[in-house]
Amino acid sequence: MEELLLNTQNVTKFYGSDDATVHALAGVNLSVRRGEFVAIMGPSGSGKSTLMNILGCLDRPTSGAYVLDGEDVSELSRAQLADVRNRKIGFIFQSFNLLPRLSALKNVMMPMLYYRQDADERPRVDEREERATRALEDVGLGDRLHHRPNQLSGGQQQRVAIARALVNQPPLILADEPTGNLDSHASEEVMTLIGGLHRKGVTILMVTHDPTIAAHAERVVCLRDGLIVADGPGGGGNCVEREGRR
Amino acid sequence: MTFYETLGVAWEGLALNKARSLLTTLGVIIGVASVIVMLGVSAGAEAAIAERINSLGADLIIVGPMRGVPGAARTLVYDDALAIAENVRGINGVSAEQFTTQDVSGGGTLLEAISVLGVTPDFPAVRDYRLLTGRFFTAEENDRKTKVAVLGYGISQDLFGAEDPFGQQVTIGSTRFTVVGVMQPKGVIADVDYDGRVYIPLSVVFQKFSSTMVGADRVRTIYVKAESREVMDSVIAQITALLVERHDVEVSQPDFSVQTQQDIIATQEATTEAFRDLLAWVAGVSLLVGGIGIMNIMLVSVTERTREIGLRQALGARPWDVQLQFLLEAVILSLVGGLAGAVGGIAGVYLFGSLGTMRTELVPASIPLAFGAAAIVGVFFGYYPATQAARLDPIEALRRE
Repeated sequence: MEELLLNTQNVTKFYGSDDATVHALAGVNLSVRRGEFVAIMGPSGSGKSTLMNILGCLDRPTSGAYVLDGEDVSELSRAQLADVRNRKIGFIFQSFNLLPRLSALKNVMMPMLYYRQDADERPRVDEREERATRALEDVGLGDRLHHRPNQLSGGQQQRVAIARALVNQPPLILADEPTGNLDSHASEEVMTLIGGLHRKGVTILMVTHDPTIAAHAERVVCLRDGLIVADGPGGGGNCVEREGRR
Repeated sequence: MTFYETLGVAWEGLALNKARSLLTTLGVIIGVASVIVMLGVSAGAEAAIAERINSLGADLIIVGPMRGVPGAARTLVYDDALAIAENVRGINGVSAEQFTTQDVSGGGTLLEAISVLGVTPDFPAVRDYRLLTGRFFTAEENDRKTKVAVLGYGISQDLFGAEDPFGQQVTIGSTRFTVVGVMQPKGVIADVDYDGRVYIPLSVVFQKFSSTMVGADRVRTIYVKAESREVMDSVIAQITALLVERHDVEVSQPDFSVQTQQDIIATQEATTEAFRDLLAWVAGVSLLVGGIGIMNIMLVSVTERTREIGLRQALGARPWDVQLQFLLEAVILSLVGGLAGAVGGIAGVYLFGSLGTMRTELVPASIPLAFGAAAIVGVFFGYYPATQAARLDPIEALRRE
């Protein structure tokens, strides 16, 4: 297995055309090794959302190459990108994005529905509930399987979302402001959980604007105006300081 | 994702919003039910007319005097009937009829002014009448002017009640007759009471009841039974040619008329057809409205569930998975509506029929027809909303509140 999980080469993203063109990404080169825990920081408008969308295969770059898990995904069709998301990426959203009318268990089972029919690793129907139950037990919600999202606290809901992100055992977890809607206690809980995943060897990319949250990561990438302006270990303090000095 | 998994997701989506799903299907339920009921009502009306034609004889040709021609009433005679029987090809029987109104008594009861029909022995075969008990009179009895009578069901009831009148004596006018049979009840058709009649040999009418003013062998009507509906036109042409020659009249100014039951009932049939077409339109339109209802709700549903669609896409749903999910929701709605509508429609057909005001007949083909139409409505009106759902950009969709 190669050491690099993902690698972008000169990735750009433009919106609009002609005079009104917006350069959301101006040429990003980013490499992430397997097992790394990377935080992406930057002020709003810096392009970090666009970068996350491209890294999450929700969007395609205007130019440049993006290799994920040994596969160039920058030219894939919408349907092929959906398969890549299903197998290789687990999403954790700021607003949890659980389906309100489904139980925690059903929410966690959802990614297993969208396996390609011919996929070898496609879990059998009777295995799915078992795997979802295990994933919920792993995030400490083994006693909340049949609760609906509105019967759970914010922290618990985000843990359901984390179980959902993990259930297909993807090589990459993308977390977009995972604590943005949580109080400090729940934030602490969720970050402990994510830290635990990192120690188990899961690769994590996390967008945040909060330096104390970014401090959990071992490497902080700082974006500004669609370019990486700082990339280094720990703290993320330098990113904020630079901003402050401006 | 397999088809059945998508079906499961679609079903789940509907089950989570039961009240709305039910209201949405209501349009299809009403549409399908009305298709089945409307077809049942018009089939009932058609059957009633067909039955009327058959009860009067569908392959029957009626020869009578031409109305409004002076002197025509006395030109049609028994020999004309014999000539038709002898010369016309493609016929199964000829029955000449003359009638007289007489008082009839028997079993101690007197009935005044009863229609007494003098007919030939072919009468039951030609007119498609059946006997309830006893027999009809024979050619021999007609030739010998035997005083025998066959009673209409109503007359038999009035005179003898439940008793079998076979062998009983009845007096018609001032002549005594022996009863040899009773006709099956036919009921009242077009205001004519077919059961309030007595049938005797035509020769006896000529002998006992004919007015010398118009001639002893005059007949009012000659009924000719064709071998099949196909030869009707040929038989009519032959009869016309024969009578023109015998009566020595111009073809353009005949003193007789040749009609079929079809002519008489054609107008009624045309009316029923127009009625059926109208009903079919109404039913079709209501099914269309039901389909538009589905499309409307599916569009609302796609808008409402934009976030859900975005999430499913992020988790790996391909555009086709999303499209199929919403398409199946529409198809399930219309099929469930079709099923409920079929049950309601069948119930409606029997309910309307039992009210007694109209006759209905369940058309078996209307069930798969209505069901198929509902399925097509589902696919047709579900396609657009489903395509809208599949086209959503996951990033935009996830950002939507």
